[in-house]
Amino acid sequence: MKFPTPTTYLMECKDYLMECKEVSRELAPPAQKLLLDRVNFGLKKGEVLAVLGASGAGKSTLLRLLNRLDEPTEGSILLSGEDYRTIAPRSLRRRVGMIMQRAYLFPGTVAENVCFGPLQHGLTIPEAEIEVLLEQVGLAGYMERDVATLSGGEAQRVAITRALANGPEVLLLDEPTSALDELTKQSVETLLESLMRQRELACVWVTHDEAQAARMADSVLRLEAGRLTVFGPAADVLRYREGDLGYA
Amino acid sequence: MCCDTGKVTWAMLDQLFPSQLGRGVAECVAAALLSFFILLLIKRRGVNLLGELPLAQLRGLVQILIVGAVLTWMLRGPRWTSLLALLGMMLAAASIVRRRAQSIPRAFTLALISIFVGAGSVLSGLIFLGVIPLKVAMLVPVGSMVIAQTMNMQSIFLDRLRGEVASHVGEIESALALGASPDVALGRYLRAAYRASLIPSLDNVRSLGIVWIPGIMAGMVLSGASPIYAALYQFVVLTTIFSAAALTCLVSSYLVTKRVFTVNEQLLLR
Repeated sequence: MKFPTPTTYLMECKDYLMECKEVSRELAPPAQKLLLDRVNFGLKKGEVLAVLGASGAGKSTLLRLLNRLDEPTEGSILLSGEDYRTIAPRSLRRRVGMIMQRAYLFPGTVAENVCFGPLQHGLTIPEAEIEVLLEQVGLAGYMERDVATLSGGEAQRVAITRALANGPEVLLLDEPTSALDELTKQSVETLLESLMRQRELACVWVTHDEAQAARMADSVLRLEAGRLTVFGPAADVLRYREGDLGYA
Repeated sequence: MCCDTGKVTWAMLDQLFPSQLGRGVAECVAAALLSFFILLLIKRRGVNLLGELPLAQLRGLVQILIVGAVLTWMLRGPRWTSLLALLGMMLAAASIVRRRAQSIPRAFTLALISIFVGAGSVLSGLIFLGVIPLKVAMLVPVGSMVIAQTMNMQSIFLDRLRGEVASHVGEIESALALGASPDVALGRYLRAAYRASLIPSLDNVRSLGIVWIPGIMAGMVLSGASPIYAALYQFVVLTTIFSAAALTCLVSSYLVTKRVFTVNEQLLLR
């Protein structure tokens, strides 16, 4: 089976929420290393894109560029057709939320963590709304709990709620279940799937787990040593082994 | 018995080194040897500073001798020379801070501006109020103590901040990813570094007279001033040092955010 080149694929669709065009990231000297090499992809509203690849393939680098925690050295990233460099970083990061491998909660209560994002642009969330958000992630009654007392799974649920409280259009997930045990991993995965579908969120989900990608993703992008090797519908990309792949 | 031994040793030293200069050199060698033996003891615990200390001591000795020579010249010269000397000290202090905080971009200008504002404004205020007389003999020693302390505190502040940032990259970037400003993302770690840098100076004020009797008071008493006035003046000097150092770190805390993040609010110290 032959896949269209990423550039061709992009030209076929005009209604992407987020587009990555020829995006590269190279470390400046003395490190001087090409972390990501001319990556192209598009993401539609409500679509889940899995980014697959071995350790060091550039998966997390790509995610950090999408949230602008790092700067692309080449290429452009568009959000709703607008070059993201024209959007103020703080506004961009509210529109493109990110969930990291570890929860990294701030000291304080669960409610304080959930309110953190909106508070940064002067908004307060009513208590009833926080309670609804926490109910959605299975943490009803946790509002006043000190985050230091939470389990790994509970902390990751709070991190998810904290990111969603900003009302993002795109959600970036950097192996959000990799630090969890199998049982917790499944429940967090189910939770994320229901939240993504319910809110029609566009998601970029970094994982090294092909089975997880098959369960969650609509499309798949595979990276190898910073280079995109294939990008296409999940069912097609995951069905074929590496040796079978090639661009048309 | 102990006093007798002391008297004998002093008499022997007087005989061996009849000139003040010769005796001074001998005392320096004795002090250096003592620190060398202590470092040998420390080395047994696995911490080897033997390579660093002799060079540091030699450098310190040469520097203080130059200062001694310059002071001798300045005491006979015009008052503006003392301001020049203080500016030189600020430049040297900023250069030392830069070496401590190498991973922080443009650390030299950060340190220089902070020391200039912190030490400069507090010293100017006290000169204006007449607390520190505008005399070379007073301004240079007091000014140097103030600048040295601002340098120490700033080194502690930047070093601690670098450590805090390095161990909380995830938390800082999580805050940024949620739309927080660099000030908010870094705030908690700036406060921790600021508090840590103030502790030694605060302890100095707290332990004044109980744990240590500082040099200025000892010098004033030896030169015939009333011990009560010397004590009050020592308090003034120590409080001045604290204020200048705290203000320096405060200025530093405002300037450092711009150096830790890019213009696009991305964390540089990773």
